[in-house]
Amino acid sequence: MRPDLRILLPVLSLAVLLALVFWLQPRAMSYRGLNLLFNLAVPIALATVAQMIIIMVNDIDLSMGTFVSFVACVTATFVHDTPVIGYLMLAGAVLAYAAIGALIQARDLPAIVVTLGMSFVWAGLAVLVLPTPGGAAPEWLRTLMTARPPFVPMAVIAAALIALVGHLIVMRSSFGVLLRGLGGNEKSVAKAGWSPVLLRASAYGLAGLFAVLAGMTLVGLTTAADANIALRYTLLSIAGVILGGGEFTGGRVSPVGAVIGALTLTLAASFLSFLKLSSDWQIGAQGAILILVLAARLLFARRARA
Amino acid sequence: MKTLLARPWIWAWVAAALAFALTAAISQNQGAWGLAVAALTFSAFSVIVGLGQMFVITLGPGNVDLSIPATMTLAGTVSLKVMDGGAGAEVTGLAIALAIGAGVGLTNYLLILLIRIPPIIATLAASFLYQSLAIWSNRGLRVKPPESLAEFAVGRSLGLPNLALLALVLSVLAWVALNRAAYGRQISAIGQNPRAARLSGLPVEAVRLATYMLCAVLAGLCGFLLSCFSGGAALNMGQEYLLASIAVVVIGGSSIGGGRSNVPGIWAGALFLFLIVSMLNSYGLGAGVRLLMTGLIIIAIVAVGSRGPRGT
Amino acid sequence: MTRTEPGQPLVTLDGARKSFGAIRALDAVTLTIDRGECLALVGHNGAGKSTLVNLINGALAPSGGTVSYGLPDGQVVTGGGGMRAAGIRAVHQELSLCPNLTVLENLRIPQRDLTGRGWRALAAARIGQALDRIFPGHGIHPRAVVGDLTLAERQMVEIAIGFAEGAIAPRLVILDEPTSSLDASIARQLLTHIRAFCAAGGAVIFISHMMGEVFDVASRIVVMKDGRITGDRPTVEFTRETLVAAMGHVAPGAASARAAPQDSATILTTPEGLTARKGEIVGLAGLAGHGQAAALARFYLGRTSDWRQSDPPAAVFVAGDRARDGLMPLWSIRLNTSLARLPGLVRRGLVDRRAEAELAETWKARIGIRSDDLTNPILSLSGGNQQKVLFARALATAAPVVVMDDPMRGVDVGTKTQVYAMIRTEAEAGRTFLWYSTETDEILLCDRVFVFRNGTIVAELTGDGITEAAILAHSFDQRETA
Repeated sequence: MRPDLRILLPVLSLAVLLALVFWLQPRAMSYRGLNLLFNLAVPIALATVAQMIIIMVNDIDLSMGTFVSFVACVTATFVHDTPVIGYLMLAGAVLAYAAIGALIQARDLPAIVVTLGMSFVWAGLAVLVLPTPGGAAPEWLRTLMTARPPFVPMAVIAAALIALVGHLIVMRSSFGVLLRGLGGNEKSVAKAGWSPVLLRASAYGLAGLFAVLAGMTLVGLTTAADANIALRYTLLSIAGVILGGGEFTGGRVSPVGAVIGALTLTLAASFLSFLKLSSDWQIGAQGAILILVLAARLLFARRARA
Repeated sequence: MKTLLARPWIWAWVAAALAFALTAAISQNQGAWGLAVAALTFSAFSVIVGLGQMFVITLGPGNVDLSIPATMTLAGTVSLKVMDGGAGAEVTGLAIALAIGAGVGLTNYLLILLIRIPPIIATLAASFLYQSLAIWSNRGLRVKPPESLAEFAVGRSLGLPNLALLALVLSVLAWVALNRAAYGRQISAIGQNPRAARLSGLPVEAVRLATYMLCAVLAGLCGFLLSCFSGGAALNMGQEYLLASIAVVVIGGSSIGGGRSNVPGIWAGALFLFLIVSMLNSYGLGAGVRLLMTGLIIIAIVAVGSRGPRGT
Repeated sequence: MTRTEPGQPLVTLDGARKSFGAIRALDAVTLTIDRGECLALVGHNGAGKSTLVNLINGALAPSGGTVSYGLPDGQVVTGGGGMRAAGIRAVHQELSLCPNLTVLENLRIPQRDLTGRGWRALAAARIGQALDRIFPGHGIHPRAVVGDLTLAERQMVEIAIGFAEGAIAPRLVILDEPTSSLDASIARQLLTHIRAFCAAGGAVIFISHMMGEVFDVASRIVVMKDGRITGDRPTVEFTRETLVAAMGHVAPGAASARAAPQDSATILTTPEGLTARKGEIVGLAGLAGHGQAAALARFYLGRTSDWRQSDPPAAVFVAGDRARDGLMPLWSIRLNTSLARLPGLVRRGLVDRRAEAELAETWKARIGIRSDDLTNPILSLSGGNQQKVLFARALATAAPVVVMDDPMRGVDVGTKTQVYAMIRTEAEAGRTFLWYSTETDEILLCDRVFVFRNGTIVAELTGDGITEAAILAHSFDQRETA
């Protein structure tokens, strides 16, 4: 058995970026500094794992950003005001995700179009739930997200936990094997008597669950929500999966890599602000970083084949 | 010959007509003709970008251009800035918008070819660069378009909106390219089976390059027209055309899996998208319900129009 | 030889039929398979072997008749659901592992009891034991990712999954061309295991094109032809000659030997060492998958461009794997026929549709495409007629070199004879053919033959030197066949 090279590039990217940040801003090398740097990493990491599960079954979810926004709106209103109804709504949202997966498989629909359509649906629901920015985070969520455990900042602990749970479910459990099998060779999984409709629904439902957690933790950090709060998560989550060594087809993904990818992206944003880069170029720089990493990945792949 | 009912775009036209009837029935202050003119004007933009997206989607699974909104914004802001509202620079402005489109298309294609990333990610990542370029180039200033162009964009000829007529001319050209020229055969073949297309001697890479450039040039033109029409370029002006460009292709009955596309469906899809929003509007529904319904209707159309379960 | 144990047969087919539309793939087959049997299923391509196997493993439901299974407890159940409970496993011809999963994770896909705490250790033990038992010294780690394994190793894993212990032990294992990617020594390990498995009371259905293996391992041979069983006897009652005769061996139209154009100029050479003269038919021989197709693809892609389409092209390609390399499934017969000729059909920027229709009609007549209307979809044609369209697509161009990648797969005898004649005519008119074929009869039609082994050319045969014996001798590594 050879070591998994796939995880090497994301770890290296994160290390290089972290070194650069510390070099530019030595004060970041502290509890407080790390806390600030990775503050927003938790919801992004959760959304990235959600997106990874969708990509794992050869689809892509273009509604991730609006869905996380919708969840944030529900969390800041219903979950805060009337928890029972709030949690029921979130459970319903997870079921809706599973239903989308079943629909995509049963009718052989293009996931891009269906999730693009769903992005309208979630955006509409978010506006209905919370027409103007506001709301409040449930107390326990706020306490949890702003907790200050000794030695290691909350964000780092949470990221490690997300990676661990994701790894256990997707890579270690026998259920995760079936889901990855669906992405690797759908025909052979179906031939063995498993229902692809049920499996794809499970994958989407699981992704929905992680995305719900992303929206909730986001509200825990921001204490308020609005219907557009997480629109950029669609791109961030896709980029995080790719940065983390995942591939678009064939069920080759890594939850640990995805979380590292999400951390890298969060750090990249901090790095760009340390660079005092004009705000005009903030978005462009993110695109450039993504392209650079993809190019680096190509070089790695060539080296591995050689 | 196929009957009319077997055409893939017929249902989109039926849906568009239905939405038109339902809206016209209750919009007293505007009247059916006013509604038709508004629908044709606004649909023209979706049609122009939709045609480009259609050619890209025809190339097969995974081919989609997500940089259309950023390209529109970049072309709109830069061309308006160069023209600076003055007369006499109209042709220069148009040329710049088209050149920006060509440059964007070339860049997109090179990323796809050289980094071997799926087009959806290549165009998405690159679109952030284009967006940044647009922000940097105009620094939030709103430049007015030259008077002549603004008048053209909102004007009518033969009773029809100029923009709709322009989009119609482009559609006819696109129809010829798709159905009568070798180019249409080539993209359809590549979309069905790229390997077999290459083994049949088709210049696969040249066709791909041409297609991504064509799509971006149309996006550039659309950005130019839209900023003339709305009295200036805005940084978010392309936003809604990301979904619209894909939706009009799919609603119009082209196969998202590639290889099979049609031009009449683009018009039906564009009219339908505009009319459904007007309809929900005129029934007094808020933004939330409008978004919700639009999304559900798109999914319903795709689900009903699909060729059914895998393997049949 | 057959050691039939008392008790129910494992599988009983009673008048089983299967039709796909108008095509009758399997016609009233009655067959029982008992414990301890190794049953070889032989027949030409399209004889109905795959359909029969798919009925037994439950992948297809019969259109008529019944398929019933004897369970370990003596019960008999009818219908596809019974196969899993009866311990029937199928190892398919096309590789059906998930390349992104590890070896032990692939075992999890068919084995439902692998779940809960410690399932990985159990799976690793089961697959490890199976591999050790069948392929001693295999060197495959249960935690290796399948995508990183060689083709042979993947096939070994797939076979091991078929024989691995599970909640329901394997009682009948169906092996469809199991040795196609294995080298001789590993194939021998498999045959040894099959004998041991059957001696212990298991049963195997063995499908192979390798006569030696069939006689080596089978206790009973079932011969199929045109969807029916035409022979079903113990192996000892067959000889190679009688078995070949029972399959209905088809001799091609007499190979009209002609003087090879010795005097014409050599018009192509490739880095592998292929050479061809103008008007020559050059065969690429050897065992399947030894680099012939790759050599052809390299040659073709080198002669043509991703960026420019010349008219006439420097070379044209006739695909054998029609779905993967040739067909445009959404198009009509006509559009499929004219594709490679397209640059020559453009007038003032537009495709001249009348000239195109004429071209298609001409080739329909010349090559005998059986269809009333060439605007019908290509998929409405039978496989043989689809192949004719691909020939027409290539020959309609004026390309001096025609590359053929085993183009006669799944093609009926009539079509073959017709196409052989056409190739001969075209060659005499000055075209050069590069022809990879897995069928010796076709290689014997060539003017010059290159035999491939392990990706390189090991022999060049010409004229009277082109014999089946010579090709076979060069195809096998002598050290192993000795």
